[in-house]
Amino acid sequence: MAVVGKAVKRKEDPRLITGEARYLEDINLPGMTHIAILRSPHAHANIVSINTEAAAAVPGVVGVYTGQDFMDVNPLPCPWPAGGPDHPNNINTPRALEVEKVTHIGAGVAVVVAEDRATAQDAVELIDVEWDVLPAVTDAEEATFDGAPQLHENAPNNVCMEWDCGDQESADAALTSSDVVVRQRLRNQRLIPNPMETRGCIAQHEPVNGEYTIWMTSQAPHVHRLLFTAFIFEVPENKVRVISPQIGGGFGAKIFMYPEYVLTTALSKTVGRPVKWVETRSENYIATTHGRDHVTDVEVGANRDGSITALKVKTYANLGGILSTVAPGIPTTLYGRMLSGAYRFPNIYCHVTGVYTNTGMVDAYRGAGRPEATYVVERAVDLVASELGMDPVDVRRKNFVPGDAFPFEPSNNLLNGLSYDSGDYDKALDMALDMTGYEDFRAEQAAARAEGRYLGIGFSTYIEICGIAPSAWMFGEGWGAGLWESANVRMHITGDVVVTTGSQSHGQGHETSVAQLVADELGVSMDQVHVQHSDTLGTPFGYGTYGSRSTAVGGVAVWRSLQRIKEKAKAIAAHEFEAAVEDVEYVVNEEGVGSVQVKGSPDQSKVVGEFMGIATSAAGGWSLPGDMEPFLDETSYYDPPDCTYPFGTHICIVEVDAETGGVDIKRYIAVDDVGKVINPMIVDGQVHGGIAQGVAQALWEGAQYDENGQLVSGSLMDYAIPRADLLPSFELGRTETPTPNNPLGVKGAGETGTIAATPAVVNAVVDALSHLDVRHIDMPLTPSRVWETIKSHSNGGNS
Amino acid sequence: MKISVNVNGCTRESDVEARTLLVNYLRDELGLTGTKIGCDTSQCGACTVHMDGKALKSCTCLAVQADGCDVTTIEGLAQNGDLHPMQQSFWDNHGLQCGFCTPGMIMATTALLTDNPNPDEDEIRHGLEGNLCRCTGYHNIVKAVAAVAQAGGD
Repeated sequence: MAVVGKAVKRKEDPRLITGEARYLEDINLPGMTHIAILRSPHAHANIVSINTEAAAAVPGVVGVYTGQDFMDVNPLPCPWPAGGPDHPNNINTPRALEVEKVTHIGAGVAVVVAEDRATAQDAVELIDVEWDVLPAVTDAEEATFDGAPQLHENAPNNVCMEWDCGDQESADAALTSSDVVVRQRLRNQRLIPNPMETRGCIAQHEPVNGEYTIWMTSQAPHVHRLLFTAFIFEVPENKVRVISPQIGGGFGAKIFMYPEYVLTTALSKTVGRPVKWVETRSENYIATTHGRDHVTDVEVGANRDGSITALKVKTYANLGGILSTVAPGIPTTLYGRMLSGAYRFPNIYCHVTGVYTNTGMVDAYRGAGRPEATYVVERAVDLVASELGMDPVDVRRKNFVPGDAFPFEPSNNLLNGLSYDSGDYDKALDMALDMTGYEDFRAEQAAARAEGRYLGIGFSTYIEICGIAPSAWMFGEGWGAGLWESANVRMHITGDVVVTTGSQSHGQGHETSVAQLVADELGVSMDQVHVQHSDTLGTPFGYGTYGSRSTAVGGVAVWRSLQRIKEKAKAIAAHEFEAAVEDVEYVVNEEGVGSVQVKGSPDQSKVVGEFMGIATSAAGGWSLPGDMEPFLDETSYYDPPDCTYPFGTHICIVEVDAETGGVDIKRYIAVDDVGKVINPMIVDGQVHGGIAQGVAQALWEGAQYDENGQLVSGSLMDYAIPRADLLPSFELGRTETPTPNNPLGVKGAGETGTIAATPAVVNAVVDALSHLDVRHIDMPLTPSRVWETIKSHSNGGNS
Repeated sequence: MKISVNVNGCTRESDVEARTLLVNYLRDELGLTGTKIGCDTSQCGACTVHMDGKALKSCTCLAVQADGCDVTTIEGLAQNGDLHPMQQSFWDNHGLQCGFCTPGMIMATTALLTDNPNPDEDEIRHGLEGNLCRCTGYHNIVKAVAAVAQAGGD
């Protein structure tokens, strides 16, 4: 019985529902010390002096340290400057502790190591820092103005980098000759990822051999080891073992190298004992990366028939006070190159200015650049529809990349040589419209308006760029390493199969979906497959889990190893039955049991356990071919030829309360095409969670800084992540268009929801208020903001 | 301060600092790390346990306040190796992804059904207000709770 494509229950769940799983905070080592970090209360300040005497005198304190104590440790690297190795980027990255100045609140400047956490926290409050407080700037555009506070000497006007893609000249010409041009400023507000488990790190140093073991909350343990060894501590890879235990969500924020990981690791050597750091939720708000934060001016040209002629985009991307690991790559490659969306825009140009401000670090948050691009594109299409008085569905259809145009290369070399793999955008739209009952909706909307009720419908016919890879392409985009994946598959004499991968599940269910793949390919039961990741000591190198790439890249590496194992099993059988290897086939019967057999001779057959026994120990007097190495143990590496391009249609129906401005989501319909699906239950779960985060950006979430750079929304009491009663149940549909870019046909499903949902909701609210001549409202669409919009338009004001 | 707490059916005698929260007592003193800490403002509900049969965020309670009480944690929910129906339903309905909020969710929802054995979807969603999940969008958690209610509760 094949299990691929079935809603198989997750193998990882028993330990999670019983409380047996071990997350970072649950791990304790003998002799372990604990730390508390003194963080800057100022967004922009010079450090004049630090007095640690009182803290050091507290009983139970092991030591107190400042940045001066770690000058032999390199600053954190930024391996993804925008635009390639030769493109100018004014790079500034954190150190384990800052030494001279701070550029955002929360930057660490001193640390207490103590016997227990409470003592460390008590003592850290006794450290006395003399600050020279400087003026702060938090808005990315304002930071580039003359006279703005200057954060870094190497970044005049606070500009980290300028980057562009597409063709400015052709876009300008097309805009000039278009029937209509719509211009709109769009703010894509800053979000705070908030995985339910905060970050943490435990480090242990062995003085005898100089080896570190580092447990950390990581989405990419091999990348963390690479950064620790090659860049920060300059030690060989074998001196560092990174273990990523059970991870409580990441959403991008656990990809990166952070100062606290470096600090904890360095301290383990300094104090000669294991050191543990666990981030508090309050620290998480100010010390873990944020996402989004764009200010964008969009110009879109169109002709009267609804065909869009040009899209021109200018974006200020706020990168925070100092760069996180891949900060410059997110608002450039992963944003600008996706601005053609699902459409044949003939002319596109995008210019991005990456800017330092006195705010927290900004880096990848679920979707990472692609939600920002989708928001621009899907809002722009609706603005055109509104300007032309057309149905937004018709404008979308008019501009879709047609089903027979794949592989499709967006205009103006927007994708820098890559092309959309496969798609049928009309089919997904049709299914979503059918599920919605769109034909009836407009009449319902008109009737509701007659009663003074504001119903609205919003569309998002999105695409994604997922399975983030080709190493050579990414190198051209500035990424300083590879993006291939690897996997080892080993069959044991008991018939059990162990898969080790460099991917790193942090909630996605890899232990199940990868096992499904293995079970079907080899003909073994799900119980016989064991997927292991998390530990650099026992797994082959991998670049980690993000960018919806673990199946589309890592899964293919597993598949390749499985093919090699099957080939070897066939060779063993050919030798035994004295047949030509071409005459032997690997078959999986209806009961799901795999065997190698001579074609047309079912009696000349060996099932999995039998041929594994032969490979391992020549059991039963069988033998291996003379030149064959024993054991079935294969490692593969996979670097795909292109990314994958999932797509779909999300439709949101809202009712806006005219009296309060409150937005109620009446229905949410999502049809997603993520290519071939291995486990529909897991894919649906990914979509649900992504929609919730996307809806939350549209309606509730948003980091707020005051003029001094204080994070006003710095706790779960002040930052509105959604609760169960704010969301509806979601209505999901699916089309399945395999990608030709990998043998599994899979595209990736992890970011679908956040990429698609946000503009669907905003478009719905704007549609609900369209009879008041409302064209746009900036997110989050809080009741007060919506109410003010209604008031100003009801009174004849302008948007 | 000396306290005596019945935790998952066993009487535990301990000497704790007065400032020790119940969640830290359970995790650090008793080693019951299934109960999670997700925030520092009593918003997330990851630390939800039962005290004398009622759901309680164990970060809102001092260990000394639990003196003489019955406390059940996620580790005490399964009986004789059989999963509690709510645990089973979370598994069956994919009501969890990263699993970090899950122990608190399961403890909160079992108490929810004790208070209201037949909740409708709105009542389930309202009842989950005190527990945050960042992975599931709550869709399958609601489904898991409804399935247990439909099957006759716990």
